[in-house]
Amino acid sequence: MKFLPLIWSNLKRKKVRTIFTVLSIVVSFLLFGFLVAVDNAFTSGVDVAGADRLLVIHKVSLIQPLPITYGPRIKAVPGVEAVTSANWFGGVYQDPKNFFGQMAVDKDTFLDLYPEFVVPEAQKKAWLADRAGVLVGRQLADRFGFKVGDRIPIQATIYRKPDGSSLWEFNVSGIYEGAEKGTDTSGMYFRYDYLNEGMGGRLGFVGWYTVRIADPARAAEVSKRIDGLFANSPAETKTNTEKAFAQSFANQVGNVGAIVRWVLMAVFLIMLVVTGNTMAQAVRERTNELAVLKTLGFSRGLVLGLVLAESLAIALLGGGLGLLLAVGVVIPALGKALRSFLPVFFLPTNALLTGVALILLFGLAAGLLPATQAMRLRIVDALRRV
Amino acid sequence: MASNWFSQVAAVTSVNLRTIPQRRGSSLATIIGVAGVVIVSIAVFSIAEGVRHALTAGAASDTAVVLRSGSDSEMMSGLQRDATRIIAEAPGVRRAAGGPVSSAELYVIVDLPKRSTGTDANVPLRGVQPAAFEVRDKLRIVEGRKFEPGRNEIVAGRGAASQFAGLDVGNHLRWGENEWTVVGIFEAGGGLPESEIWCDVGVLQPAYRRGSNFQSVYAKLDSPEAFPAFKDALTVDPRLDVKVVREDEYYADQSRALTGLIRIIGVFITVVMGAGAVFAALNTMYAAVAARTREIATLRALGFRAGPVVVSVLAESLLLALVGGVIGAAVAFFAFDGFQTSTLNWSTFSQLSFAFAVTPPLIALGIVCSLLMGLIGGLFPAIRAARLPVATALREL
Repeated sequence: MKFLPLIWSNLKRKKVRTIFTVLSIVVSFLLFGFLVAVDNAFTSGVDVAGADRLLVIHKVSLIQPLPITYGPRIKAVPGVEAVTSANWFGGVYQDPKNFFGQMAVDKDTFLDLYPEFVVPEAQKKAWLADRAGVLVGRQLADRFGFKVGDRIPIQATIYRKPDGSSLWEFNVSGIYEGAEKGTDTSGMYFRYDYLNEGMGGRLGFVGWYTVRIADPARAAEVSKRIDGLFANSPAETKTNTEKAFAQSFANQVGNVGAIVRWVLMAVFLIMLVVTGNTMAQAVRERTNELAVLKTLGFSRGLVLGLVLAESLAIALLGGGLGLLLAVGVVIPALGKALRSFLPVFFLPTNALLTGVALILLFGLAAGLLPATQAMRLRIVDALRRV
Repeated sequence: MASNWFSQVAAVTSVNLRTIPQRRGSSLATIIGVAGVVIVSIAVFSIAEGVRHALTAGAASDTAVVLRSGSDSEMMSGLQRDATRIIAEAPGVRRAAGGPVSSAELYVIVDLPKRSTGTDANVPLRGVQPAAFEVRDKLRIVEGRKFEPGRNEIVAGRGAASQFAGLDVGNHLRWGENEWTVVGIFEAGGGLPESEIWCDVGVLQPAYRRGSNFQSVYAKLDSPEAFPAFKDALTVDPRLDVKVVREDEYYADQSRALTGLIRIIGVFITVVMGAGAVFAALNTMYAAVAARTREIATLRALGFRAGPVVVSVLAESLLLALVGGVIGAAVAFFAFDGFQTSTLNWSTFSQLSFAFAVTPPLIALGIVCSLLMGLIGGLFPAIRAARLPVATALREL
């Protein structure tokens, strides 16, 4: 502890240089925070996916519909606790650029299967009572200023009414919040019976089924049983866990994780070179001071420690500031700009811990070479040098 | 006078540049910093560029795409058989020996595993009429043959075949109740069809229970100028309820939607990393100036003026940055250009195969960025060098 003033005055020795070095580390960790948030935005679906939920889709592809008659038959499969269905509506609110997900769901079972969507009791009652009612996610509500009681007109692209009109109107019954930070609240859910009624009452199909099973460990077995029910029928099914589904969807977008890791590795390597160079410069300039310290009886270990401590101090200062900026300023601000692309945009807590570990590692790595040089310094050579 | 100024610049600059090897470490740090920024930003933007190329290459302004009104993509569109016939007969549609050069098509997706991850992906399957090969005139079969009308045969685009398992000539695939045989592979000048699988629409309709429905009509027009008349004829026709767009504009829209996110992220990364590299360059150049304090002061005492000193410092920093920029651009080009991959096109909910494209404008952009970093990184140290008070500087150790 008593060496802190010494380290501090070493840092102050060339203020400009220290500031620039700190700033370049700030930048690295700012990027770290941002890129990890981007990666998380693409993969968070995998983490928040319910472990006890399966998705049943058409075997050929997700866009092929499944008969509504499958619902009760899936429910009867041993190991299945509850079933709900959803249709992708794909309508346009005002402008195609205002994209958000709209799903027609079964009103009686939907909220039971998705406990992560939290709706106040009164609003839930209102939704159940109003056929044209819709539950709007918190993020979506904030984006367009939707309030309970509002009427939302949406132009259908897939579901055109039998009379040729494509206008559907919904009443906001409630606004749902996410139970967790990673819950996606960027979509809206309305009632299947309203969709069916608008289509003349003969819709007869859904997009996919969500199934809750009693024992997550037996997911594979139950999936097989469900698919077996419909084997060799005109609409065969493919059942998988919600997690596997989210993972395959993330893979479809591309290997975002790998790209992010490569970019981060490049950034850190570069910054390591830059910071390491600055530390080396700082040590070189102080060669005879260090020799004096050694003459005064500072041990080799102590000299090593002093230089490492200096480099750690720079890393902690820069890295801490960078992470703070990322979490406090950059991610919220860019999250707003990117929300139509990436509805879930935040830095998870364990990424923050990784960041702190990286800061320490970075500080040690950048200081290691100059510190060993300082440690190995021979007093006689060093004092003679200038 | 002017020539004197230039000879001063030349003298000081050449001394500066010749002493770079003495500052090997810090000069190298600057070069690596700048090169890193250039590599990463070119890499990110080459993704956007590749996506844009895959969507728009081969899309022609004399091809019209007809969808149901209110649809933004084929996926959501729907057209009756009668409507597609009216469209094919509309004024402005090119006619060949076999009739109008117009193809009514069906666009669906099928699940195929990605070769890279083994997980299922939405691969587009397009049912076309025979004229489709004339509408997309860049398309040619490079392996095997075309599908025969009326048979469960498919041809796969080069991009799709490289990204998804099972698309090899002679292979059999099963989707639903139907078995399909891969009979050919085609190229289309790097354009969108290369991401798709094609088959006879007459076979696809019953296989997907679409009756006599189509989703889009692609019509080749006599010329790009024929488009307005064609569009007007269709939109005023009371039998139709359609939206008519030029093919190139239709795909340019999709490309903007898809590359928007990549561009925002790319700009952010470039600016932030660029700032980091500028800090590194500033450190290097301040150190360079500090190391030469006495020399600079001596020159000034000898009558050298401030201007040449500023220019010489700037020249050094610009040179280091340029070297970094060129190295970065070269690495980016050799490492990423042509790297084949695929992503999800949200507009059609299906996979788009594309190759990273490190284009000449991107390389130019990278070099300009590197020079900018060198300029900012050198400017402040240069000003400091010029302002050094001669007397104190000479006294300094």
